[in-house]
Amino acid sequence: MTAEQIIFFLTAALILVSALMVVTTRNLVHAALWLIATLFGGAVLFATLDAAFLAVVQVVVYIGAIAIMFIFVVMLTRRDLLAKASQTNAGWPWAALVAIGTLAGLVFLSGQMPNAGAQKAALVGDPLVALSTALVSPDAYVLAFEVASIMLLAALVGAVYIANRK
Amino acid sequence: MVPLSWYLFLSAALFSIGLYGVLARKNVIAILLGIELMLNAANINLVSFWRYGSTAQMGGQVFAIIVFAVAAAEVAVGLALVIAVYRTRKTLTADELDLMKW
Amino acid sequence: MTTETLIWLLPLPPLLAFFVIVLFTNKNKALSHTIAVGAATLSWLGSMVVFVTTLGVEHFGEHVFNSSLNWLPTGDTFLKIGVLIDPLGAVTLFFVAWTILMIFIYSVGYHNFGQPAGEHDRPGLAPHGATVIDEQGHKHAVLSVEPMYSRFFAFIGLFAFGMYTLVISDNLLTMFVGWEIMGLCSYLLIGFWFAKPSARAAGIKAFMTTRVGDVFMLLGIVYLYWATGTLSFREIFRPEVLSDLAETITPIFGLSAAGLIAILLFIGTIGKSAQWPLHIWLPDAMEGPTPVSAMIHAATMVSAGVYAVLRMFPLLTAGWQGHGLTPEMSVVAFIGTFTAIFAATIALAQNDIKKVLAYSTISQLGFMIAALGMGAYVAAAFHLVTHAFFKALLFLGSGSVIHGMEHGVLHTGNHHLDPQDMMNMGGLRKKMPVTFWTFLMGGLALSGFPLVTAGFWSKDEILADAFAHGHWTILITLSLAALMTAFYTMRQITLTFLGEARTQEAEHAHETPWTMTLPLVILAIFAVSYGWVGIPEQFPGLGGLIPNWFHNFVGATLLEHPEAVAFSWIPLGISLVVALGGLGLGWLVYKDHKAGQPDPLQKAIGPLYLFLQNKWFFDEFYNFFVVKPVIWLSAVFTSLWMDKGLIDGILHFIAKTPIWIGDFLRNKFDKPFINEFIGDGTAAVFQKAGHELRYTQTGRIQSYLIVSASFLIVLAAVLAYLFLA
Repeated sequence: MTAEQIIFFLTAALILVSALMVVTTRNLVHAALWLIATLFGGAVLFATLDAAFLAVVQVVVYIGAIAIMFIFVVMLTRRDLLAKASQTNAGWPWAALVAIGTLAGLVFLSGQMPNAGAQKAALVGDPLVALSTALVSPDAYVLAFEVASIMLLAALVGAVYIANRK
Repeated sequence: MVPLSWYLFLSAALFSIGLYGVLARKNVIAILLGIELMLNAANINLVSFWRYGSTAQMGGQVFAIIVFAVAAAEVAVGLALVIAVYRTRKTLTADELDLMKW
Repeated sequence: MTTETLIWLLPLPPLLAFFVIVLFTNKNKALSHTIAVGAATLSWLGSMVVFVTTLGVEHFGEHVFNSSLNWLPTGDTFLKIGVLIDPLGAVTLFFVAWTILMIFIYSVGYHNFGQPAGEHDRPGLAPHGATVIDEQGHKHAVLSVEPMYSRFFAFIGLFAFGMYTLVISDNLLTMFVGWEIMGLCSYLLIGFWFAKPSARAAGIKAFMTTRVGDVFMLLGIVYLYWATGTLSFREIFRPEVLSDLAETITPIFGLSAAGLIAILLFIGTIGKSAQWPLHIWLPDAMEGPTPVSAMIHAATMVSAGVYAVLRMFPLLTAGWQGHGLTPEMSVVAFIGTFTAIFAATIALAQNDIKKVLAYSTISQLGFMIAALGMGAYVAAAFHLVTHAFFKALLFLGSGSVIHGMEHGVLHTGNHHLDPQDMMNMGGLRKKMPVTFWTFLMGGLALSGFPLVTAGFWSKDEILADAFAHGHWTILITLSLAALMTAFYTMRQITLTFLGEARTQEAEHAHETPWTMTLPLVILAIFAVSYGWVGIPEQFPGLGGLIPNWFHNFVGATLLEHPEAVAFSWIPLGISLVVALGGLGLGWLVYKDHKAGQPDPLQKAIGPLYLFLQNKWFFDEFYNFFVVKPVIWLSAVFTSLWMDKGLIDGILHFIAKTPIWIGDFLRNKFDKPFINEFIGDGTAAVFQKAGHELRYTQTGRIQSYLIVSASFLIVLAAVLAYLFLA
């Protein structure tokens, strides 16, 4: 058991447990907080995968913006804040079944991958530099980058419009 | 050494948990939380494949960044809708938002 | 214009008159009768020209007028039609032309032209009289004009065409055509007053009875054509053809072919000339107007039957050696003789003035047929001509009498009185002198009053012939018939004209207009004088002064000129006795007959009188044995059982089957299976499915997601199995 594996297991446990708590806890604020925990675990995972930029972006964007937004909205819709009744609906066995089925399928397919047992490849150059170059290089992914920006703008405008009190 | 398959299993499990959350929760915000988990699982998957594949190919990371952007946009719009729905219908229970029924 | 061309044209004016009246001038009475009488006059004029021309031809018998055309192609040869006027044809043409013209003129007056239309007159019924208001305001009933005036002239025009065609024809085919046209016109004219049921029935009876005869005649014509290949008289009567026919023996009663054909053709004459047993139609035919009775049933159509036998005489006598009659001649002679006496007995007991004359006609035709059966060609032809004249005269005279009586009926207003019943007449000689004198002359001619009437000469010749050839039965029978003829004729004249009027109506009768009396006078002249052209050469006193023109002229028609009969006092004596005796007896018995008295004859012969008055019950006999079975056959057997029952039954059955099949398919297959099970069933299935499945549209997004996710998993599993295994 190498250090890497131990870190992996711990991170994985964090993620999974937090995720389970997200979907089972009755109190929505708690759920949002558990989400933050999950996201944090994800960031750690990105770090272990030498995607340092993504780890930071995860913390800043996901936790700092999205999760906070969740908490805001939960606060704004206070009536259901108090967890009295069960938060799972009547069809939850089916949902469980589907989830397990999906898990089984995905695991099976993942096992079928030819490079399933592969080890980490060698890093070529600085991932961060390469990433930034790729994001803005006309030969690379600048179009996707720009389109994503416009999509964010559209979403922003749309969200403002939808949420606006008429 | 951690093989690729562990990361894949992890992302599969996270995805399933998120799926369960989407399908089994009453509150619409909880559903959106589930969606976030699924997106995260997808991200983990993408980055794992980048790291265990050709690291010169930045497509994996770029894809993950785009997914971030998408998740953000989707959360923004989704929560705006939640607020709008809450304002008119005074409810956040998914089962009660069933106007498009028989 | 040659004589032949003129002969071709003779029948055409009356035919044109028929078409013009029918198509154009039906509404205009004056124009119609002018056209008709004009046409008859034209044909008469042509006939007289032809006749006079024939008189001028030397040995006319050998140089007849003949013209024929090829008509129907039959293989290599043609069936020819054409015209022929030989001596027989010439004298026939003479009397036909005169009688037709006289009757056409008479009809103008008979149908009361110029009189007002009656208030109650309808087409189809005899005119009933019109009411006329004179200057003082008195109402008089007068004779009214016939409503169907023009139609009558059209019909008699068509009839005249038929008769002329028959007379000028040179072959059996066109002769038969004329024969049938006259049969049709007879039907139309007997049933002229078609609204009267008895007239309609009489017309049908006439047509049916003559049809029976015509069928056999047609068989004879067909057989003749088959045996000889021609229908033209000149070709049939060549000696080779005749002897060939006489020698061929047929299986029917062992008759020769000539004999069989002659008998078959003779049966046509039995029908047409109303001989026994097909005589029944002629008395009923008196339902028609009197000009019809005169023309058709006295002078021309019934004469056509005798004319046909005269024409076919060479065929009838083929193989006759001159002594002893051949079987066919015996048949003819028997029928003629029997008919003569049979009809005479019935005439004795008739009270209707026209019925007496009808039976008289039948009887006189019997005389002619008997003469032909004996081989007395010239005598028969002579009697034919004279009879036509005096019988037409008698009928027209009777019509005049009836008109006079109708005047009386209108005067007294008693419409129940029968103006034709002789018992209601009497003393009319004072009121209707012209009619009386002409009728008297006709009646004397019929009876055979010696020397000054035509009937004497012709009837005497027949009796002389019978005596000379030793046919005793025929002689005695015909003499008895002649006696009865004279008796009933005088009975008729006495009851009608002599004595005193027996009824008020007879008191008030008066003479008829000139259009009716002029023809009577002209015909009377012929009735008296025509006999003088046939005085036998050996007659004591008068014979030899003028040659027997008739015998020489007509006798030349035959190939072997018949020799004149040797004179004997016996037949002459018999003639005188029966004629004068009968006339005297008739006058004696009836001269003091008063109104309401029973007929003296009834006392004399008792129950036999009833037998005679009912025509020997022949009508009842035929009705029971012939008419009723035929009606049963058609109405019950054929119409009801075969047609309605069997054939309609089959059709109904055939119709019912598809209907049943259709019903079955509809109710047992189409409706329950296709409509309900498949059609409604499918709809119900979908409806139920929809009804149940709609609950899947919950509106809840999570349930949708669960469903789609499950399907996705399943699909992925399937694909994985397919592509990764």
